[in-house]
Amino acid sequence: MFSTFLTALRTCVVTMVLTGLLYPLSVTGLAQLLFPGEANGSWVKDGRGRVVGSALIGQGFTREGYFHPRPSAAGSGYDGAASSGSNLGPTSLKLKERAAAELERLRRENPDVAGPVPAELVTTSASGLDPHLSPEAARWQAARVARARGVALERVLNVVDALVEGRTFGVLGEPRVNVLLLNLALDRRFGPLPDAAPGVGGGGSPGQGAP
Amino acid sequence: MSFIGWSQILLFFALVLAVTKPLGAYLFRVLEGDTRPLPRVLGPVERLLLRLCGSADRREQTWVAYASSLLAFSLFSVLIVYGLQRAQHLLPLNPQGLGAVGPELAFNTAVSFTANTNWQSYAGESTLSYFTQMVALAWQNFVSAAAGIGVALALARGFTRRPGPDGQKTLGNFWVDVMNATLYVLLPLCLVYALFLVSQGVLQNFAPYSQGVTLEGASQTLAQGPVASQEAIKTLGTNGGGFFNANSAHPFENPTPFTNLVQMLSIFAIPAALTYTYGKMAGDTRQGWALFAAMSVLFLAGVAAVYAAEAQANPALSAAGQVAQAGNMEGKEVRYGVAASALFAAVTTAASCGAVNAMHDSFTPLGGLVPMVNMQLGEVVFGGVGAGLYGILVMVVLSVFIAGLMVGRTPEYLGKKIEAREMKLAMLYVLVFPLFTLGFSGLAAVLPQGVSSLNNAGPHGLSEILYAYTSGTANNGSAFAGLNANTPFWNVTLGVAMLGGRFLMMVPALAIAGSMVGKKVVPAGPGTFPTHGVLFTGLLVSVIVIVGALTFFPALSLSPIVEHFLAGAGKLY
Repeated sequence: MFSTFLTALRTCVVTMVLTGLLYPLSVTGLAQLLFPGEANGSWVKDGRGRVVGSALIGQGFTREGYFHPRPSAAGSGYDGAASSGSNLGPTSLKLKERAAAELERLRRENPDVAGPVPAELVTTSASGLDPHLSPEAARWQAARVARARGVALERVLNVVDALVEGRTFGVLGEPRVNVLLLNLALDRRFGPLPDAAPGVGGGGSPGQGAP
Repeated sequence: MSFIGWSQILLFFALVLAVTKPLGAYLFRVLEGDTRPLPRVLGPVERLLLRLCGSADRREQTWVAYASSLLAFSLFSVLIVYGLQRAQHLLPLNPQGLGAVGPELAFNTAVSFTANTNWQSYAGESTLSYFTQMVALAWQNFVSAAAGIGVALALARGFTRRPGPDGQKTLGNFWVDVMNATLYVLLPLCLVYALFLVSQGVLQNFAPYSQGVTLEGASQTLAQGPVASQEAIKTLGTNGGGFFNANSAHPFENPTPFTNLVQMLSIFAIPAALTYTYGKMAGDTRQGWALFAAMSVLFLAGVAAVYAAEAQANPALSAAGQVAQAGNMEGKEVRYGVAASALFAAVTTAASCGAVNAMHDSFTPLGGLVPMVNMQLGEVVFGGVGAGLYGILVMVVLSVFIAGLMVGRTPEYLGKKIEAREMKLAMLYVLVFPLFTLGFSGLAAVLPQGVSSLNNAGPHGLSEILYAYTSGTANNGSAFAGLNANTPFWNVTLGVAMLGGRFLMMVPALAIAGSMVGKKVVPAGPGTFPTHGVLFTGLLVSVIVIVGALTFFPALSLSPIVEHFLAGAGKLY
């Protein structure tokens, strides 16, 4: 019995060093050598060379001249240190009330748009950090963005279409648009939004609806 | 449901089918055969490691010795993982300065990772240091999977070894099995797989959390860490414990539909391949394919059901009106959509993985029912690494017994008679699962400590309870994650359920192996019931479904099933 315990303890130590230290350290070394950009967060920069976030992680947008992401249940919204879904079930009154409030906000912010609202815009994602919208959910907001930026709707839709990513290998996943990359493309094409301009949008505090 | 969605599902299944034979043959070669790859490089490493572990003699063990080794190893594993969490504030690689984990949570997590469950009462990014994630959790992700493979091999040896004139009592050596599975299977596959994940955008660094400013000028903190190395073994070892709270829904864990496909494939790869390995051990690969076929039937039925359910609109949103729903998108990521989320849910619960890429708590009632049923079938639909094979072999014992009763012959399997002792042990194995699942669910449903943790009211609340104990006892680890399980009551009861579901099922499985291994092999005669054909596969599927349904249907009818009808009637809580 004692020898079994001793073997168990020794095996614990040996396998721990092998799989808990040597393995992750080797992966880290190779990853930093081969794919440093990806291994460290896939950062993206704006036109001025400032890092504005990760291409993989969603962030809050509230100004009228930007496309808005899905609602988020991560922290107080797109908190990259507190990923989470809402975990509200289909018979939840809270979910119904939240969706109704989102719908009301979307109608208020997009008065020119008729037609049903794409479901992504009233539902929270699983991670709360979903960087994407469906192409329909982006196009739905295009009229607001075009009006806020004073450009033709057609030109904004062209930017959206240029950024639509199709299914991987034609079958995997769903077509989508990365909201951060889309908004950066808008800034590149039509010039950046003026910093915290009071007449343009909601002032840039994330998680708050526009006035 | 769409054509493209089904194409995705069938493509996935075709890939599983494609890897089963080559990987199964490789597993047979390195775990049962004599020829291992790179003998001049890995051979000395293997010998050195076994010498350091104190098992260089590779002595064959009886079932009692095998089980004792497993239990001793698991006991030290729990103690070490507990200790590392309690002391993480004193240990290196903790750039966020996270404090020591509380005792009940540390107990729950230690048991959870040792039992290959990876139930998580905590959120990774706000609770555990990089050191704890790597040294405690990634380590257990490897060795708990390797131990599962060991038990499956031991049971398979019990059925397939042919006793010589002096009889046969031994089932292999636990330490050698664990080392071979780690060194020749899990580590090399994970090394390649982790680098693939990094190439797609999964993090692998030791940086502190980044403090950035968004395009609109708000501040945003992004959690960092050595994610890819852990992600690889998380799915390949059917562990399922995410580095971050959102698990495989987090874009830093599972950034693209391509990584999503590979993650699902890696969850099924080893459990599927082990059926082929088993066929090789039995000297008749049809025996393995019969198990694979039974698993596939159950899996595809589950996928179809969950996909059909999730393609429906969410009733809570339809009632709000004016929303265009192509399916239930609450708790799902745009890049996967409904089809890949439904498929992932079926895969992760059929195999006892428990990683999630969508929040099961927000699934439609019937969409949430399927993952629960997958687990309640006993995690035999491919199941955990190793656990799936030993689980379905116990179901095989039940099936041949029932077939024997029908034709009035002593049941036999692979030429060995199944007798009273094996049947008692198989029944013990079958009964332990509902005992912990339903016993604790009943308790939690009436105690204030149980119901105060619920996130949803009405029948969905009961689903949260039932899902939690099902997942814990089945060693799955996924959750209806709205449940706040980080309370002393939930941490302790779930910890006990996970221990019961792991070890009180492994030990009877090993005991069956011990009593089968020495039995004489009777040559097949005209009255022998063949265990490789369609008839047997059908019987096996029926036995699995009937045992699961009889046990859990009453509880399920009070939770997701009644919720389905209430949701249809527009009732909200």
